[in-house]
Amino acid sequence: MTDLLSPALWMVLGALLIPVFRGHLRTAVLLGIPLLTLWSVWQVADGVSGTVTFLEYAIEPVEGSPVRRLFATVFAMMAFLGGLYAFKTAKWFELSAAYAYAAGAIGVCFAGDLITLFLYWELMALFSTVLVWCGGTPAARAAGIRYAIMHLLGGVILKVGIEGVVISTGSVQIVPMLATDFNTWMILIGILINAAAPPVSAWLSDAYPESSHTGSVFLSAFTTKTAVLALLMLFPGEQVLIWIGLYMIMYGIVFALLENDARRILAYSIVNQVGFMVCAIGIGTQMALNGAAAHAFAHIIYKALLFMSAGVVLYRTGKSRCTDLGGLFRTMPLTTIMGIIGALSISSFPLTSGFTTKTMISQAAVDEQLMVVYLLLTAASAGVFLHAGIKFPWFVFFQKDSGLRPKDAPWNMALAMGGCAFICILLGVAPGLIYQLLPYPVNYEPYSAYKVLFYLQLLLFSGLAFFILLPLMKRTETISLDTDWFWRRLGHAGWGVVERLMASVSDKAERAGAAAIDYGNYMARRYLSNPHAEDSLETSVFGRSWTIGTTALWITILLSGYTFAYYI
Amino acid sequence: MNQENSDHWLVRPKTIRGMWIGGSVLLALTVVLQLVVPIKGYFGVDGWFGFGAAFGFVACLLMVLVAKGLGYVLKRREDYYQDSEESS
Repeated sequence: MTDLLSPALWMVLGALLIPVFRGHLRTAVLLGIPLLTLWSVWQVADGVSGTVTFLEYAIEPVEGSPVRRLFATVFAMMAFLGGLYAFKTAKWFELSAAYAYAAGAIGVCFAGDLITLFLYWELMALFSTVLVWCGGTPAARAAGIRYAIMHLLGGVILKVGIEGVVISTGSVQIVPMLATDFNTWMILIGILINAAAPPVSAWLSDAYPESSHTGSVFLSAFTTKTAVLALLMLFPGEQVLIWIGLYMIMYGIVFALLENDARRILAYSIVNQVGFMVCAIGIGTQMALNGAAAHAFAHIIYKALLFMSAGVVLYRTGKSRCTDLGGLFRTMPLTTIMGIIGALSISSFPLTSGFTTKTMISQAAVDEQLMVVYLLLTAASAGVFLHAGIKFPWFVFFQKDSGLRPKDAPWNMALAMGGCAFICILLGVAPGLIYQLLPYPVNYEPYSAYKVLFYLQLLLFSGLAFFILLPLMKRTETISLDTDWFWRRLGHAGWGVVERLMASVSDKAERAGAAAIDYGNYMARRYLSNPHAEDSLETSVFGRSWTIGTTALWITILLSGYTFAYYI
Repeated sequence: MNQENSDHWLVRPKTIRGMWIGGSVLLALTVVLQLVVPIKGYFGVDGWFGFGAAFGFVACLLMVLVAKGLGYVLKRREDYYQDSEESS
């Protein structure tokens, strides 16, 4: 029986216990539950642990494999670090929602069949929406509703695909497939919506920056990376993903360059980084899939670190727009250094986790002789340094002196950031630690003198480009239009037109109805009204008194008509 | 002079000048080092002398210019969506 219990259930238990306890006990639950989950993740054996039959389908709540365990491990670690970061300032319902959300992500990791996967998928959608709402502002409320609509829509599309596949193959198993027919396309699209793929990438940069300074740390970790895992398990080698991934990479860079809000820059950069993973899954070789998995692991940690440092700034100053910030390094040295470590990692600087994982994806492109893909990935690496590696720390912690002198991070936030930074550097210095957890045997040496030199040239000259082009990148207090314009503006305007149209139709109908009723009343009065009422004027046709002669005439006419009709 | 000393050492003009000089030396070094450590190109072009440096610089230049150009079309005031959303 215990074989059927997913490690995700520990996180569910945590989410249920958080509201029950207070003070130190709650902190103990917050920090203890992810560790228990982590332990439990490593108890899951490879293969299917047990099967239950539901509506004639073989449901497999727990299935283990190296890549599943890898993702579940980093999700559990992230729940721990996020809990540590958040517990002093976040409200109980935010923490509880975050843990339920993490439970969904870990549940997807071990889902052995599509039905279980779908259930945990929706659990994520539900509680991540709550996390967006925990931002607490009217903007967060509106963004949360848009976020929920997008994810419920994605869920429906995924469900349509799953139903179709189940009917056509008779199996609910999670097996690699290619997008060849309607059903598999629906599954692919449903997953890609969660991965923030085009044309709906905008949901991510719309919703995440509206969450609280603690909520964004959790949000950045789970939804998109669960989608990456789902793609890894279901669509390895699906060629279309190469180009979708490359589009996401370039989209993320360009929009991050245009953006003024520091946390929105980081949100665009999630799309960019997930693009690398999606592209790798499209390449589909063992090297590429290893690269996607390793990069997802590293990315979750350094992106959380970046969101944590931006979160500390938001917590201490209440601001996250580049135009309001600057010069914070004076009083926030620790947060600055942590932000820089995260920025260097995301830029795949040698000795950071980004270098040892992302270069595997480039190597996979080289192995497959995909020159264009390789060159675009390389250009994108330069672009990542540009938009996240330098732009983020420069505009938040340096540039001009904003006059703000906030205190540095509280101890728990500092500790959480320190933990993330430690992992970033550890995986950069000792990549073997992550390589041994990857789904396929790793035959890759990240550190060779010429490769390091090449990346140093690439990245340092990107840095030069940044400072030379700085006048072109002057921050403006603007937002950038995205495809969400279609539903936030055009759709809204269109709905306004429909509403006015309906209103005018209903107005006309109402007037016509009123006229009809008036006419009916008139006719009733004219023909039927009661002649014996006191105010009767004896005017209605059938209510009048008739003379005997007229009545006899009418009776004759009616009876002859009847007789005539009878003989026809 | 007084103002210069009262500010953080990192933002004094002297430090910034030093960082530009140090940075330039570092940049030159990464390219020159290629003479000692030959870069193995995978596709021919990427083994050229200073390819990484030039490619990184030009790629960033293009991305910034594309972003700048798109900015003229896509940038809106921060309250752009507010009218439509407050009424809903």
